[in-house]
Formats: sequence, structure tokens, C-alpha cells
Amino acid sequence: MPGKSADKKPSFSDTFSVVGGNFDDAGRVSSRIKGILKKMCLPFEVIRKAAICTFEAEMNIVCYAQRGDITLSVDEDRIVIEVVDQGEGIPDIDLAMQAGYSTSTAKIREMGFGAGMGLMNIDRYADDFDITSEVGKGTKLVMIVNITEGS
Amino acid sequence: MELGFIVKNLKLMVRSGSENLTVDVNGGYVGDLLSDVIANSKQGDIWITRQIHQNIVAVATLKDLAGIILVDNNEPARETLEKAIREMVPVMVSELPCFETAGRIYQLIAAREK
Amino acid sequence: MKLSEVQQILDAEVVVGQDQMQKDVYTAFGADLMSDVLAFARPGTMLLTGLTNPQVIRTSEILDIAAIIIVRGKVPPPETIKLAEELNIPILRTRYILFETAGRLYRWGIVGCVDKVDAGKKRG
Repeated sequence: MPGKSADKKPSFSDTFSVVGGNFDDAGRVSSRIKGILKKMCLPFEVIRKAAICTFEAEMNIVCYAQRGDITLSVDEDRIVIEVVDQGEGIPDIDLAMQAGYSTSTAKIREMGFGAGMGLMNIDRYADDFDITSEVGKGTKLVMIVNITEGS
Repeated sequence: MELGFIVKNLKLMVRSGSENLTVDVNGGYVGDLLSDVIANSKQGDIWITRQIHQNIVAVATLKDLAGIILVDNNEPARETLEKAIREMVPVMVSELPCFETAGRIYQLIAAREK
Repeated sequence: MKLSEVQQILDAEVVVGQDQMQKDVYTAFGADLMSDVLAFARPGTMLLTGLTNPQVIRTSEILDIAAIIIVRGKVPPPETIKLAEELNIPILRTRYILFETAGRLYRWGIVGCVDKVDAGKKRG
């Protein structure tokens, strides 16, 4: 890693789209991203952290937005997962980040999601996590997992 | 078996309903979906869950459950606690995960039945 | 313990993964909330749950869960079975409730897959 970090061009970048409300297919993009990371032979825990964050974010799109895009970028020392959705947005992010807070429907809860833990899980597993939202437009998440051996 | 025996054995932290620890525990039920617990738990069951919102107290009252054990060190939400204290429903906190909490209580009940 | 022994202990039906019954398992995690599973379950554990939707399979794939034990005799829908077959994740189905399932496995030496959880970690 030392020496060549001047140009930070990602060695890999791809975008996948997710359709809101399509529960049967929910999680497919996360599976795919996990597969891509596995092929790169990254450390197991790094893949795991990135996969969990991506999956929670993907479920959020399926549960709450009309659609969204998940962009995976990988360079030498980190994985960046950017999630941009077109949905209602979150009026109060601090509130949404609180344990147990959720606006989910009975249907979502019966599937084992919507317990107000998703964003917290992302915060728990991402090394860096940023969330911005505009009411009526959508929400953007940037999740970073550092690639460090033995993490 | 008295609920208090389970509390002592698993070192549970009692958050409400300490006046009702002499209640008899007939069995256990594990579930995080309220509809499932309403449909399938039995009177006198000790309920093991990680749900912390106030509806759990209503479910425990509705089904005459012996009490509620929150796993993984999850503390009841403030409204949950207030409601549980008011209705004298025992809410307890276990530092163990759901599997281990259920496993140990199952053992205690099985040992008693012999 | 082999999955085949788990099957016997729980009097379970193998829904997916008959060819994987020789797999070794040592730990279990019980939950109906997938975010709870995502937060705490370790790789290689068995997942005991009353849920049967395809997200259970996705969650298990993301976390490298060794096998899924569906409790209360619930029958998984075809899309769940199809996905589990595709991803090669075993599903066993038992008629016992989650409490009984956990109790029986615990008695036979299966342990929880997290020692102790710090529920407050990184939470505001």
C-alpha cells in the first residue's frame, strides 16, 4: 500500500439498481457484491462487514423507496459502498438512527425487518458511515470499510 | 417452578414486577414477532425476546405470561418500563443471547420435572 | 455435532441439503428479527427461526450461516426453497417451538454463537 497511494482511482467500480417493494428479489444485489468481493480474495471479516452494510441498505431501499442505486468501489485500501435512493427521505436522521425507531409496516415487520436496527447495524459494521437525506427526494448513504489484514 | 428461581439461577436483572416473582412458570416461549407470541404462547410461559417496545407488556398481560426476559442485555424502552411497573409485569434482562437463555431455562424446567 | 444428529434430536425434516448432513455444527443463534441476526450471529452457526421468507436465506448467505432450522413446523414457500437450493444452504424443519428447539440442542451441547453481547456498542 505505501508509495503508490497518490492516484486514488478505484481498481473496481460498478453500479447495481434495486427496485423498491420487490421483496422476493431483495438481497440479490448484496449477494452479488459479496461474490465480487470474495473473488478479490479480500480478508473474510472485511467482506463480511461490507456485505452486512450493503444488505441492510438494500433492504431499506426495498422497504421504503421506489428505487435506488448501489455503487461498489474498491481500491487498494478500502471499499466504498454508495447507496442513493429515490424515496420519501428521512425528516429527522437523529431520530431514525435511534435504537428501535422505525416507520415500517406490519408486512415488513413480519419479514423480520423494520425493527429499527438497520441503520445502527450499518453504523456498527462500517468503519465510516455518512447519511444525508432530503424529504420528498431520497436518501444517500456512504459506507466505507477499510481493507486491513487481520481485521 | 417459581420465576424467582429462574431469576436467581440465570442472574437476571429484574426491572419491574418484583412483587410477582413467586408466580409459577409452566414453560417457555421464544419469539420476536408479537403476532406469533399472541397466537402460540401459553398461559404461565416465560417469554424470551429481544423486542423492547411497550407492546410486549400488553401481550404478556393478554396471554397471562409469567414474565418477559429481554436477551442480549437489551433494556426495556422507557414507556415499556413505565407500563410494566404499572401493571406489575415482571420484565427481566439477561446478559446471555436468546439461545443460551432458552437453553438454560429449558434445563431448569426439565430437571424439576424429574 | 453433525447436522444429521441435529435432525434426529429435533425430529426434523430435511427440506434442503440432504447431501450436507455430515456438516459439523457447534453453535446456534435464535431470532425472528433478521437485523438482530445481522448484528450478532457469527459465521458457521445454525440459525433457529420462525421466519420462512426468502430474506432468511439472503441473510444466511450474507453471514455464512451453516444451516437454517425452521421451527413450529412452518412450511417454507417455494421461492425460499429455490433460493436455498441455489445458494446451497441447508434447511431443516422441526415441529418444536423455538424454546423447545433451543432447549434440546443446548442439552446436547450446542452453545450460543456469541459469548456476551454488548448491546450498547456504538449505539447513541
